[in-house]
Amino acid sequence: MDFQPTEDQKALRDGIRSFCEGQVPNERYPELEKSKGFDRALWSELAEMGIFSLRLPESEGGVGLGYADSVLVFEELGRRLVPGPLVWSQLAAGLVKGAADGTAVVGGLDQIGGGDGPCMVEHLESLDVLLVLRDDGVYQIAPRTLQGELVEFPLDPLTPVHHVKSLPKGEKIADAARAKRLRLEGAALVAGQQLGLAEGALDLANEYAKGREQFGRTIGSFQAVKHMLAEMFVRQEAARAGAYNAGATLDAPEVADVERAVSAAKITAGEAAIRNGRSCIQVHGGMGFTWEVLAHYYFKRAWVLENLFGTQDEHAEKIADLLTVQVQA
Amino acid sequence: MDLRYTPEEQKFRRELASWLASEVPSYGTPPSVHDWPARRAYDTGWQKKLFDAGYAGINWPKEYGGRDATLIEQLIYFEEIAKANAPYVGCNFVGVLHGGPTIMAEGTPDQKAKHIRNIISGAEVWCQGFSEPVAGSDLAGLQTKAVRDGDHYVVNGHKIWTTFAQIADYCELLVRTDPTAPKHKGISWLIMPMNLPGIDIRPLPTLEGEGEFSEVFLENVRIPVENLVGKENDGWRVTNVTLRFERGTAFASEMINLQAFVRGLVKLAQKITSHGATAWEDKALRRELGHLSGELESLWAMVKLSVCEAKASGVPGVGASAVKLYYSELYQKITELGLRLLGRAGLSRSDVAGLPAQHLLNRHLNSLSISIAAGTSQIQKNIIGERILGQAKDPAPAKA
Repeated sequence: MDFQPTEDQKALRDGIRSFCEGQVPNERYPELEKSKGFDRALWSELAEMGIFSLRLPESEGGVGLGYADSVLVFEELGRRLVPGPLVWSQLAAGLVKGAADGTAVVGGLDQIGGGDGPCMVEHLESLDVLLVLRDDGVYQIAPRTLQGELVEFPLDPLTPVHHVKSLPKGEKIADAARAKRLRLEGAALVAGQQLGLAEGALDLANEYAKGREQFGRTIGSFQAVKHMLAEMFVRQEAARAGAYNAGATLDAPEVADVERAVSAAKITAGEAAIRNGRSCIQVHGGMGFTWEVLAHYYFKRAWVLENLFGTQDEHAEKIADLLTVQVQA
Repeated sequence: MDLRYTPEEQKFRRELASWLASEVPSYGTPPSVHDWPARRAYDTGWQKKLFDAGYAGINWPKEYGGRDATLIEQLIYFEEIAKANAPYVGCNFVGVLHGGPTIMAEGTPDQKAKHIRNIISGAEVWCQGFSEPVAGSDLAGLQTKAVRDGDHYVVNGHKIWTTFAQIADYCELLVRTDPTAPKHKGISWLIMPMNLPGIDIRPLPTLEGEGEFSEVFLENVRIPVENLVGKENDGWRVTNVTLRFERGTAFASEMINLQAFVRGLVKLAQKITSHGATAWEDKALRRELGHLSGELESLWAMVKLSVCEAKASGVPGVGASAVKLYYSELYQKITELGLRLLGRAGLSRSDVAGLPAQHLLNRHLNSLSISIAAGTSQIQKNIIGERILGQAKDPAPAKA
């Protein structure tokens, strides 16, 4: 067993990190906000980097990498708050034409266990295809056939949402097992993004606490603040282990229960993203409550991702179900 | 990031599991916690069995009789020990985990010849004389004094939290040999035979009502100079050498036990009924236990990650403090659920009405020590804040 990222994986992560830093520096957020979190040129660049085709076999024009590699990539996308239906578009590679090369922007809805009633759809105006996971399979819907209303004030300034009254049936493109599988994969990839958010929020808060002085000392030298930062670090490390564990278990399902690993990742990374976002605001004091400091972007995105592919509560119930089966055995 | 075990690692696991399956059931159950001689015999007897089978000193070098297992094998070892419900390291703890490794690294040839084999084979029991009433988290502030008198040190002082002092043969003792030097520079590491005149051991009952702690009062105890390990006044460095032996596997067995504990809570919740439904049908409980069980899964992944990092770098992973903090909090939350399930049955520390009150209460009461022992959670947070995140230290208070 060697659970550490390999040299190749570290190189992949570093490459994506510097790409994201170059493409989405802090100064770009106001501009991205104006374009409602979507920029086709950026999307093409992301596709060019292989982000959507990462797990597609080389024979199908993909990069041919695995789930753990993808988790590392999504960690970096999360760290820089890169907007857009990133996870859905990677899930759609190989399933929807154009998803892998970025010519089709694919979003989605996870309706497993739900109906076709009113729902919230992210990035609707930017989508070429909307995927819907239902109990009986994966469906593809043309976004323009949806009757929806753009929400005037979305929670995350970079994640526009539509309130859609009802979902048309669409065209079935894969079976129930595939739908269930995509939900599982999606949760693992989102956990990677949530880990990145937790890290980004800690970095921001940590740097601020080193520079900001009150009472003649940096605020990070006060244990009350230092311990808050340490708690953010612990959550980040738990999220890292959880998210990597989900990716590595998806890559080698013979070693452990994939469902348990993925649910654990979604729980620990979800908690880390939300709580680190909140602590990042707190460490910044009054400035943390302003629009101009990035802290609120981390916090708000964390809540967007919490509601993708199962909340912490849903995954906790899933683990409870798995425990029930385990004790009966 | 590969979670698959190599064929060698799988072979190690299979052989150990099969040895444990044949030895553990026949070894018998632990004696009463109040029967000290029997406890010593039980713990050291198991250590001898491990030694004879080649499973003692799992991280010790082969030249000292150890297994010299890789860190991954050590992780497997603690996992299998826990799964087999094998005896805990018990009173061999200090010798095998601290005293022995320190002597290996810093001891003279005579000291090594005298102690190493006895420690690993369960013939010698050690205790630790580090903490003092005035030196807890700030260990380097210790005040027990050792004054040179010919070929002896004359030691006076007061140690506390000394586990298994009642049955120990030797004590790894930290003393101040230079009161004028800065606090880290005047400390020495001595081997103290526990049968010397002037040692007074007074049990210090824990909030569990029993336990292994004692206070040790030292009055003009004469320790031969040949029992000095390392150089005089170099004891702080000597003490920290052993930390290199501890690379993230410390709580591995307890974590596996905790997974079994969670399954036990599920079974209990299925049995307890109130208002016509079992506790396990309560959605809030299922969510809470499911959440904690998910955190436990991530904790175990954290241990694997930190062990693999330590294996690659040769030094403890920076995350060891994070693992300890996360583990302490999780342990307390999970065992607290036991008390909540018991409700008023938990007013008793013996089993009542068919409910395992004794076990559940003991586990939760014990959990309260985890965030204190081996560096309190607050100290761990300082370590993370300062050494990992690079925040400034608290300035020392201004002198009045």
